[in-house]
Amino acid sequence: MWTGILIAVLVLLGLALAFGALLGFASERFRVEGNPLVEQIDAMLPQTQCGQCGFPGCRPYAESIAEGGAINKCPPGGESTIKALADLLDVDPQPLDAEHGVEQARRVAVIREDECIGCTKCIQACPVDAILGAAKHMHTVIESECTGCDLCVEPCPVDCIDMITIEPDIRGWTWSQPRIITTDKQEANS
Amino acid sequence: MPSTIKLWDFSGGIHPAENKQVSTRRPIQTAGIPGQLVLPLQQHIGEPAEPVVAVGDVVLKGQKIADVSHGMGVPVHAPTSGVIESIGDYPVPHPSGMTDQCIVLKPDGKDEWCERFPISDYRTLERNQVLGVIHSAGVAGMGGAGFPTDIKLKPPRDRKVDTLILNGAECEPYITADDMTMRERADKVVAGLKIMAWILRPERCVIGIEDNKPEAIAALREAIQGTQIEIAVIPTKYPSGGEKQLIQVLTGMEVPSGGIPADIGVMCQNVGTAVAVSDAVFEGSPLISRVVTVSGEAAESPGNFEVLLGTPIAYLLEQAGLQQDRVSRLVLGGPMMGYTLNTTAVPVIKTSNCIIAATASELPAPPPEQACIRCGQCAEVCPMELLPQQLFWHSKAAEFEKAEHLNLFDCIECGACSYVCPSSIPLVQYYRYAKGEIRVQRAEQLKADRARERFEARQQRLEREQQEKELRRKERAKAAAEAQALKKAEAEQSAASGEAVDERAAKSALVEQALARKKASAEASNAKAAPPSEAEQEAPDLDALEKQFSQAQSKLETMQAMLEDAKAQQADNVDKLERAVAKNHDRVKRAEEALADARKTLAAQTEPQSIK
Repeated sequence: MWTGILIAVLVLLGLALAFGALLGFASERFRVEGNPLVEQIDAMLPQTQCGQCGFPGCRPYAESIAEGGAINKCPPGGESTIKALADLLDVDPQPLDAEHGVEQARRVAVIREDECIGCTKCIQACPVDAILGAAKHMHTVIESECTGCDLCVEPCPVDCIDMITIEPDIRGWTWSQPRIITTDKQEANS
Repeated sequence: MPSTIKLWDFSGGIHPAENKQVSTRRPIQTAGIPGQLVLPLQQHIGEPAEPVVAVGDVVLKGQKIADVSHGMGVPVHAPTSGVIESIGDYPVPHPSGMTDQCIVLKPDGKDEWCERFPISDYRTLERNQVLGVIHSAGVAGMGGAGFPTDIKLKPPRDRKVDTLILNGAECEPYITADDMTMRERADKVVAGLKIMAWILRPERCVIGIEDNKPEAIAALREAIQGTQIEIAVIPTKYPSGGEKQLIQVLTGMEVPSGGIPADIGVMCQNVGTAVAVSDAVFEGSPLISRVVTVSGEAAESPGNFEVLLGTPIAYLLEQAGLQQDRVSRLVLGGPMMGYTLNTTAVPVIKTSNCIIAATASELPAPPPEQACIRCGQCAEVCPMELLPQQLFWHSKAAEFEKAEHLNLFDCIECGACSYVCPSSIPLVQYYRYAKGEIRVQRAEQLKADRARERFEARQQRLEREQQEKELRRKERAKAAAEAQALKKAEAEQSAASGEAVDERAAKSALVEQALARKKASAEASNAKAAPPSEAEQEAPDLDALEKQFSQAQSKLETMQAMLEDAKAQQADNVDKLERAVAKNHDRVKRAEEALADARKTLAAQTEPQSIK
C-alpha cells in the first residue's frame, strides 16, 4: 500500500517538475518584448501627437492608459476613441475631460505664405515633420501629412499660421444615416 | 431560333414593374445643342482631369479640354465648337448634391469638328496603340460606374480573360438606353465588341440580353452573322444586369469576394461602351455624347435621346416635354439604384443613363420606416446571398466591424431588399451609410498610421542628432584639453630656458603700451594746457623712451617666437625672419642706450634741483 502511495507521489512530482520546466522554458523562449496592450491602445489613438492629453505624444499617453490612467484625455479622438478604449479595457466610458480641450472637426494648418519670415520655429515644433522650408525661406504645410495638432501656431513670431477646418467636399462625402424610425420618433415626441 | 447556350441562375432577385415600353415607342432622337454645356472634370472613377484650356479659348468639337496627367482617369472633350465661358464649381450629378470643378462651354452653333484620325484597319496597329486611342477618346464605362475603359481592357498579365461579356441585360425598370442602342446601332455594338475582343483575345465572346428585348436580340443576331460572337438570351429578373449576376448566369462562376471578374477570367463591358469604342477607332471621334432615356409620367414625350455631354438636364427635360405641374420627383438613374435630383441645373455626364420625371402617384414618397418584423424576405431576394437583416442591425447600431464581417462590402446596393421590405426600411441607405463610415474610418486609420510613422521617424532623427551633437561636443572638449596641456608644457619649457615667451606676457605688454600711450597723450594735453617746466619737458621724453624700449622688446619677443615656429616648421621665410630679428636687436639696443642717456641727463638735472 505504501509503495502505491509512494509511486503516485513520485509520478505526480515527476509530472510537476516536467511541466514546470516546460512552462519555464516557454516563458523564456516566447517572451513578449514590451507591453502588447500599449500597442493596441496606441493603435486606437488618433496620432495627432498634439500633447493635449498632457503627455509628449500619443504613445506615452497609451502607456499611461495601460498602467490604469484615465481614458478621457484625448480631444482629437473624441467620444469614439473613448468608446473604443472602454471596449478594449472593459471599463465604463467616461465623457471627455474638458480640461484637456474639446472635440473639434478635423483641421489643418495653413501658412499665409507671403507673411512667413522663414524663422523655422514652426518646423521645429511640428511633431510629424509636415512643414517644409528652410531658414529665411518661405515655409509651407504638407496638407496631407498635417494632423491638425495646433503645435505650430504658438511658436510663430508673426502669427501667420491659420488652423482651417476641413470642409466636407464631394470626394470625401459619404451617405448619412437614415432618419430614426417612426415609432422611435413618436416615443421621442411623447 | 432558340438559344442553345447553357445558362445558370443566381439566387434571389425580384420582378418589379418594367415601365420600359413608354420610352421605346420612338427612335433615338438628337437632343440638339443647348445654350450652355457644363462639363465636370470628373466623370469617371479615378483622378479628376485638369483643364488644358483657358477661359475665352475657342474650341472645336471633339477638342480635348481637360486631360489627366497623373493617376487613373480619362480626358474630357468639347462636345461642340464654341467658347470656354468659365472654369469653376458648378452642381454636378452626385447623390450629395454638391458642386465640383466644371468647364462651361458656350456653343457657337457651328458644330465644327476638329481634325479627326479614323482608323479603318485597327488590326495593323499594336494593341497598346489602340488602347491609347480609346484612352485619348475619353471612353469610360457607360453602364454607370465610369471606370476608364482602356485600363479595364488591360488586365494584369496573370489575369487572362477567357470570356468577354457584353452586358445588354439592362434589368432596371424604365431604362431603355441600351435596348435602343442595340436596336438601332447593332453594327456599332458588334464592331466595338470585336475591337475589345481583338485586344483581349478571349476564347469566348458573349452578348447577354434579357428576353424582354426581342427587337434588340433580332438586330444583334443580324449583326453577328459571320462572327463567333454568341448571343445569350437570359430570363428577365432584376438584377441580372449586375456584373456579378450576369457573369453567374452566363458562366456559372462567382466573382470572389473583394475580387474583380478578371480574377476568374471574365470581363464585362457595357453596350454603350462598345459603341463609344467603335466611334473612337473607326471615326476618330471622342466620347462627347451618349444615349439617355427620359421617362416618367410627367414627361409628355418620353423616349431616348442622343445627348451631348454637359447638356443641362433642364434642357433635356424640355425636349421631352416636361409637365412642370405634374412632376413630383426627378430621379437620375433607375428607380432602384438611382438618386433623387434636387436641381435640374446638373449636366448629363458619361455615366448618366436615365432621367425619370415621376409624378406623385408613380414614385410616391417612401412610407415611414417601421420596425423590422424579421420576415426574412430581404434575405430571400438578396442576389449576393448576404444577410440583409443582420447587416441592417449592425449598421444601425454602428457596429461596423460586425457588418463588415458579414461581407457588407459584397453588397451591390441593388435595392432588392428595400423593395420587398414590408416595413419599408431603407435598407440600402443603411448599408451605404455603414460603408461610408467604414471607408472614413479606414482612411483615418491609414492617416494615423502614417502620422505615427512620421512621428517616430522624427523622434529617432532628433535622438540621433542629439547623440551626434554630444559626440562632437566631447571631441571638441578633448581637443581643447589636449591643446591646453600642450601649451602648459611649452610654457614650462620656455620658463626653464629663461625666456618668457608667453602669449599672456605679450598681451599684458600690449595692454601696458596702450595704457602708456593714453597716459602720454593725457600728459601731452596737460603740457599744452600749462606751460611746461624744464623737468616736465624732460619727463615725457623719458616715458616715451621707456615705451619705445618696451615696444621694441616685445616686438622682438614675438618675432623670436615666430622665428622659432618657422624654424620648427621649416618654413621658407626663416631667412627673412632672421634678418628682421637682427634688425630688431639693433633697435632694442638703440632704444636701451637712448633710455640710459636720458636717465643720466635726468639724474644730472634733478640733482641740482634737489640741491636747490
